[in-house]
Amino acid sequence: MTQKKRAGHPAKARETLMHIVFLLTACISIIAVVLICVFMFANGLPTIAKIGPANFLLGTTWKPLNDLYGILPMIVGSLYVTAGAILIGVPIGILCAVYLARFCPKQLYAVLKPLIDLLAGIPSIVYGFFGLVVIVPLIQQLTGASGGKNILTASIMLGIMILPTIISVSESAIRAVPESYYEGALALGATHERSVFFAVLPAAKSGILAGVILGVGRAIGEATAVKMVAGNQAILPDSILSGVRTLTSNIVVEMGYAEGMHREALIATAVVLFVFVLIINLAFSAIKKKEG
Amino acid sequence: MEVQAINRESRRERWQAYRHRPLSLLLRLAVTLSAAITVFVLIALVAYILIKGIPNLKPSLFAWKYTTENVSMLPAIINTITMTVLSLLMAVPVGVCSAIYLVEYAKRGNKLVSLVRVTAETLQGIPSIVYGLFGYLFLVIACGFGYSLLSGAITLAIMILPLILRTTEEALKAVPDSYREGSFGLGAGRLRTVFRIVLPSAVPGILSGVILAIGRIVGETAALIYTSGTVAGVPTSLMGSGRTLAVHMYALLSNGLYTEQAYATAVVLLVMVVGINALSGWLAKKVTAKQR
Repeated sequence: MTQKKRAGHPAKARETLMHIVFLLTACISIIAVVLICVFMFANGLPTIAKIGPANFLLGTTWKPLNDLYGILPMIVGSLYVTAGAILIGVPIGILCAVYLARFCPKQLYAVLKPLIDLLAGIPSIVYGFFGLVVIVPLIQQLTGASGGKNILTASIMLGIMILPTIISVSESAIRAVPESYYEGALALGATHERSVFFAVLPAAKSGILAGVILGVGRAIGEATAVKMVAGNQAILPDSILSGVRTLTSNIVVEMGYAEGMHREALIATAVVLFVFVLIINLAFSAIKKKEG
Repeated sequence: MEVQAINRESRRERWQAYRHRPLSLLLRLAVTLSAAITVFVLIALVAYILIKGIPNLKPSLFAWKYTTENVSMLPAIINTITMTVLSLLMAVPVGVCSAIYLVEYAKRGNKLVSLVRVTAETLQGIPSIVYGLFGYLFLVIACGFGYSLLSGAITLAIMILPLILRTTEEALKAVPDSYREGSFGLGAGRLRTVFRIVLPSAVPGILSGVILAIGRIVGETAALIYTSGTVAGVPTSLMGSGRTLAVHMYALLSNGLYTEQAYATAVVLLVMVVGINALSGWLAKKVTAKQR
């Protein structure tokens, strides 16, 4: 606060007052983060301590009725499903971004760009529904897996869901590469495709990585859509065609009726998820800082 | 694209060039294919939901009162509108004022500014299910608001705060400094400059952020199930529980009996999202046209 209050001058007083108001509102997002951290950790950490960190994080049995709260199957499930989404979403997303930034005719771009934006705006519940009524039966027919709700299905659906994030971030990263890189490669005799892939794309690496990390964050945090297509069995999966339960779907499936210790354990599950996301966020800001 | 202009080649020449450079051909096919897959998925999703959903749009679905017989979505639509207005009433003033502080008031190298940026980024990365549990622990239980529209709206307001903060910040930064200098030169104070000169020219940018936020509110489920609850009617006050359209759809699907109605709800949600997107695209176009 560098401005001194000068009483007796209404305009100055108003200026100072509004300065303070703006300052206070700016602090609200800090307060919000502190509140979220305090409430999540204060509710979750004692539970984890009570169950025992090793029993909780590494336990393989989740049987709330028998007081067994091991969330390793859910952690593994979240990791598998996220990895699957990355395997499907990232290559398609990056290549599509390359197409939009470097190959797409202008008239087509004017149509494609709003479509991609629309993909980003579709509510996750609609994706989940689409997964349930289209992808699940499709996978069931193609693989013969009973039920059709498994890691593969969830990965495909999440892969689709993270596409728009990856496409838009990668596209702006590719567009930010100086034109001279491309022209230099062309002048050395490279084709258009080689110039784009071996001169422009490597220069956009960190921006694209930031987009991928954002996608990971979205995939690991998705709850309602995943719940509908992942099968929700709280066991360690043995193949990509076995059903899994993720950290998020564990909460969504059981929170409605959980009580006492069971409910506490679910909140602790959310804390674990929260920590995962904080780590992803840190990685994201580290990359952004490196980028400048 | 002057570089391409001097190398203009016929289709046959290009094809011949590709025959000698299989890698280039492969890369080109890969990017085109990826873009085609993305567009195909989007069109398949939208078409499937429209084709299956529109025949299910019956007048009884828009009945004034919800009963288990008509499964009306009108109460949910009304709740969605209430929820959107409430959350925006809280988040927009705070977000805009924070952004004003960050851009117009804070001095260079202010520690608070970087702290607010980091917290806003953190808020943006937190999964909606974690928001949901936080809202449940903090608002529903600790503050004693119970399952209510108010709890849901506050949770959503925190969730969309970073989005509004960031878009407003960008919009304010895009206002040329000469505007501010001109205003100061004519003897206006900082406050008058902000409200009379800077904000009005940033309004379209801020609005497009607000519209994106509306899209998030309309599509949100996981953060609302445990804060505003899943009661199907319109509550008499803000302290009553009520479900928005997305939560309504989630409830229909969890129930398993109402797939047809879920299709119809998906159509309404999709139409809303397309409308919101079109509006934001139109505004964004207006902004760029102005900057030129």
